[in-house]
Amino acid sequence: MKLTGLEVRPPMTRTADSVRTSFVVEPKPVPERTPSVISIDRLSVLYGTHVAVKEVSMEIAERRVTAIIGPSGCGKSTLLRSINRMNDFIAGIGFQGAIRFRGRDIRDPGYDPIDLRRSVGMVFQKPNPFPKSIYRNVAWGAAINGYRGDLTQLVEDALKKAALWEEVKDKLSQSALALSGGQQQRLCIARAIALQPEVLLMDEPCSALDPIATARIEDLIDKLKAQYTVVLVTHNMQQAGRVSDYTAFMYMGELIEMDATGRIFTNPQVRKTQDYITGRFG
Amino acid sequence: MSASDALFEPRKQRRALVARLFHAACVLITGGAVVVLGVLLYRVWHDGSELLSLEFLDRFPSQITPEKAGVKSALWGTVWLIGLTAAVAIPTGVGAAVYLQEYAPRNAFTRLIQLNIANLAGVPSIVYGLLGLAVFVRWLRFDRSVLSGSLTMSLLILPVVIIASREAIAAVPNSIREAAFALGATRWQTVRHHVLPAAAPGILTGVILSMARAMGETAPLIMIGALTYIRFVPGGTHEAAPGLAGWVGWFGEAIRDPFVVLPIQIFNWAEQAQPIFHKLAAAGIVVLLTVMLILNGAAVVLRAFWQRKQP
Repeated sequence: MKLTGLEVRPPMTRTADSVRTSFVVEPKPVPERTPSVISIDRLSVLYGTHVAVKEVSMEIAERRVTAIIGPSGCGKSTLLRSINRMNDFIAGIGFQGAIRFRGRDIRDPGYDPIDLRRSVGMVFQKPNPFPKSIYRNVAWGAAINGYRGDLTQLVEDALKKAALWEEVKDKLSQSALALSGGQQQRLCIARAIALQPEVLLMDEPCSALDPIATARIEDLIDKLKAQYTVVLVTHNMQQAGRVSDYTAFMYMGELIEMDATGRIFTNPQVRKTQDYITGRFG
Repeated sequence: MSASDALFEPRKQRRALVARLFHAACVLITGGAVVVLGVLLYRVWHDGSELLSLEFLDRFPSQITPEKAGVKSALWGTVWLIGLTAAVAIPTGVGAAVYLQEYAPRNAFTRLIQLNIANLAGVPSIVYGLLGLAVFVRWLRFDRSVLSGSLTMSLLILPVVIIASREAIAAVPNSIREAAFALGATRWQTVRHHVLPAAAPGILTGVILSMARAMGETAPLIMIGALTYIRFVPGGTHEAAPGLAGWVGWFGEAIRDPFVVLPIQIFNWAEQAQPIFHKLAAAGIVVLLTVMLILNGAAVVLRAFWQRKQP
């Protein structure tokens, strides 16, 4: 695990953190079982000789929010970005094991990553709208993938689902860069939704946002799971506790424990998980 | 006064003085450059203005009646040379930059190529002239034509175009590429719709600079033999047959014509002994500067338009 100076907090703060954690997270009911959409089978990811993800196996349940938590450098982002093959662009990266999306190995040579990414959308850590109009931001992905329906309607629907329509409906032709950070992130969610994906991967989507914008995104994630499967990487445990149905805890590339969020936060089976959740390290 | 004040010695007066001195030095240097430029422009204008007229643009050079000489052949030679150079160098240069930055693997071979391009940007222009003479004039038998000149000039400015374009493309944030790829875009769609538009202003800046350089370069063209006393413009002595095929045929003939460009014409006039030729040279300089100004102005307008069009 890499620790930068910024992450080393004095013991006082840690105590405060753990108090807040136990205060915020009320025991959540165990969610109803749904079929698995993505099945990760003993996946290892290597950067050269460095093992970033080590023999991780997990099932991602349909129309549920799965949170992946863990300290910085634990491999959670690497794991997430492997699911839609965004790691392919990194030179010298190696994979072992398999990820199956709806039963099909995503690294199968016949499986075009372009098809995969249409079905498995992604929202990034920092809002990254295109420096173009709000309309074109949402419409572009659908347009290049040969969307045959009514683009204008699609843009409206996507923006409504991302809870942004009311704020931008009168300025669709204005630059997306004029929006606030929180609005930009919802625009990025709308852009991903416009492709009608099944899965949304979110890589710390709130880490660059203020608490109010964060609360809005969290509300949105809660609504999105009615239609989409969400995988959320976060280093904010309260966030995982608030929005997720399942939580996976990763540490130094390994999956330590995964369970229904209510159980993970109240009754973790592994000592390390408990230590992390109560703020004893991290 | 708090206790920690004893730990600092702000020396604010000294720091403010250094700041003011630096500011003054900057103003002085900039002002000096502007004044020198102003004096030069005034001198040129003063010498050349009496010969400047619209006819000056439409007359051919003459040794016998210098007072009736003009820059028609040189002006059109420059237009042809710059047009052809742009047509060759911009697509090739931007294409090479896109390849190196977006497609090529990062390995020893591409690093070697990049190092070489950087070195080529520093090669004296006369060397390109020699290369053009050997390859285009002699070996490919393009003769001393505007085609040979343009190809030589293209080689000369290619490194600059590639380097400037690469810098502009590298400055496009990676998050934009990731966003496009995550939406199922191909690499070409990402480059075409997001990377190139975002890099366009920077690429254009590099292109403007290199075009201005191509317009002012003399040495390589002397090397490949751009003649001085040319009393026709490229394509001026050929008849175009009707239709597209006729036009293409005429174009093919025109680019094989001998030519002269403004800097060579100016250089030639400046060499002559009689004062009248020096006035002609000054007038030629005014024309060259005006053409350059128009070209740069057009590029600035284009760039502003591009940036506004972005949304």
